[in-house]
Amino acid sequence: MPSIDVPLTRRGFGQTVRPDSWWVVPLLTFLGLGSFVVYVTWAAHSGTHYHFGNYLSPFYSPELWGTSKHAWFGPPPLWWPSIIPFSPALLILWAPGGFRFTCYYYRGAYYKAFWADPPSCSVGEPRKSYCGESAFPLILQNIHRYFCLVALFFLPILGYDVWKAMWFDNGAGVEQFGIGLGTIILAANTALLACYVLGCHSFRHAIGGGVDKLSANATRKKCYDGVSCLNRSHMRYAWASLVSVALSDVYIRLCSMGIWSDWRIL
Amino acid sequence: MSGHGSGGTNTGGSAVFRIWRGERGKGDFADYKTEFSGGMVVLDVIHKIQASQAGDLAVRWNCKAGKCGSCSAEINGMPKLMCMTRMNQIDVTKPVTVEPMQAFPHVRDLVTDVSWNYEVKKRIKKYKPEKPGADGQWRMQQDDVDRVQEFRKCIECYLCQDVCHVLRDHHHHDKFIGPRFLVYSAALEMHPLDTADRVPDLHAEQGVGFCNITKCCTKVCPESITITDNAIIPLKERVVDRYYDPVRKLFRVFTGG
Repeated sequence: MPSIDVPLTRRGFGQTVRPDSWWVVPLLTFLGLGSFVVYVTWAAHSGTHYHFGNYLSPFYSPELWGTSKHAWFGPPPLWWPSIIPFSPALLILWAPGGFRFTCYYYRGAYYKAFWADPPSCSVGEPRKSYCGESAFPLILQNIHRYFCLVALFFLPILGYDVWKAMWFDNGAGVEQFGIGLGTIILAANTALLACYVLGCHSFRHAIGGGVDKLSANATRKKCYDGVSCLNRSHMRYAWASLVSVALSDVYIRLCSMGIWSDWRIL
Repeated sequence: MSGHGSGGTNTGGSAVFRIWRGERGKGDFADYKTEFSGGMVVLDVIHKIQASQAGDLAVRWNCKAGKCGSCSAEINGMPKLMCMTRMNQIDVTKPVTVEPMQAFPHVRDLVTDVSWNYEVKKRIKKYKPEKPGADGQWRMQQDDVDRVQEFRKCIECYLCQDVCHVLRDHHHHDKFIGPRFLVYSAALEMHPLDTADRVPDLHAEQGVGFCNITKCCTKVCPESITITDNAIIPLKERVVDRYYDPVRKLFRVFTGG
């Protein structure tokens, strides 16, 4: 590319003539994402109070091995290293965690909020060197499409959790249809997660974005339009699903600890 | 009389304009107190100051309708078109700063030399349509053109280039073409009839990987083009297809694609 001689008048960190409160959004992002990471780390390592009756926390779903009735393959595996306290969440959280970490929206958000790269638009940065996502380590963000693929597999599993959350034990060992507040929370969480994952930029590319003659296949065109529609609100679904997944865990945890009683609607 | 009202409610009064004065990057802010009415835009005020207080104030402008992209500047620190920034959207209780764009060589006062952009544009592979039909005509579906039509709204004001920190703060003009030309490349690359391959250039010398998705370009675009989501990220995905996706690479090995 042609080079030009722009006098390098590098501004200091945070330096700007913007008079507005430009720091509010990155600060809220820092607090929001930071709080979530702290909570999910604690919740994932706790290994307790992650299920209540027919409810299973989305942080622990699918429960591959575990002590609850939701476990797919029975009790904790013998090969699990004894020095690490077992928690079913540790086996699966890498997938949704990796999906969010490499998500195009979150990348832009946490580069600003955590790396100040830049802190906000037209605000001075703390570092002089920069290679963006063109070199290691950030070039690894290109793995996002594979995390997206894995995240898509989680959606039917979470949908099955919602189905299970509609069948309550009537006390005599028979399951009866019902709806509790937990059912609604888990259903809303799954819907928001679906909107978030299905609006992913990589999924949009895979479903038709990489094709120039979209109209050649009417079904593909419709799918692309649907994904594009969700993609326009990707940021909103990213945040809404982040809050809903944490709230789902908090609700089930409180019920399991006996601090809160599940409210049965039906 | 001081400016009354603030943040979008002022209907007129007086304001202090803090305008960058100087040549070739050297200079300082100068304050000008002036009257304005609610219907004025920043460019009107700049012209008023030019006519009454600073006859030698250099400012580039042309259409005054947000279509020529000439009057790009930084108003209160954010890249904007002066002709599309209404005075009733500005808080005049504080001095209003007006500066030239920071990502390009300064010429004088509010004027910068944006010719680097013209040189970059020359190096992007031109539109190369596929062979026409038997009747010598090219045909394409409206649905396919709709996607690239958005990118054709660009007026080349270069506000997106100015706000992009890769150019503005890191001065990687020799490694990165900037949002404007990623939009231009996307318009060509996604065109239903185009056959040229721009992906290797985007990956290497045009540096699409430098973009770290701050979306500042989308924020400042006066034509509301969804630059990051609809142009840059789809191009990044095409680069991933070609260079960073092992499964696709393997598939190409077996299919010879």
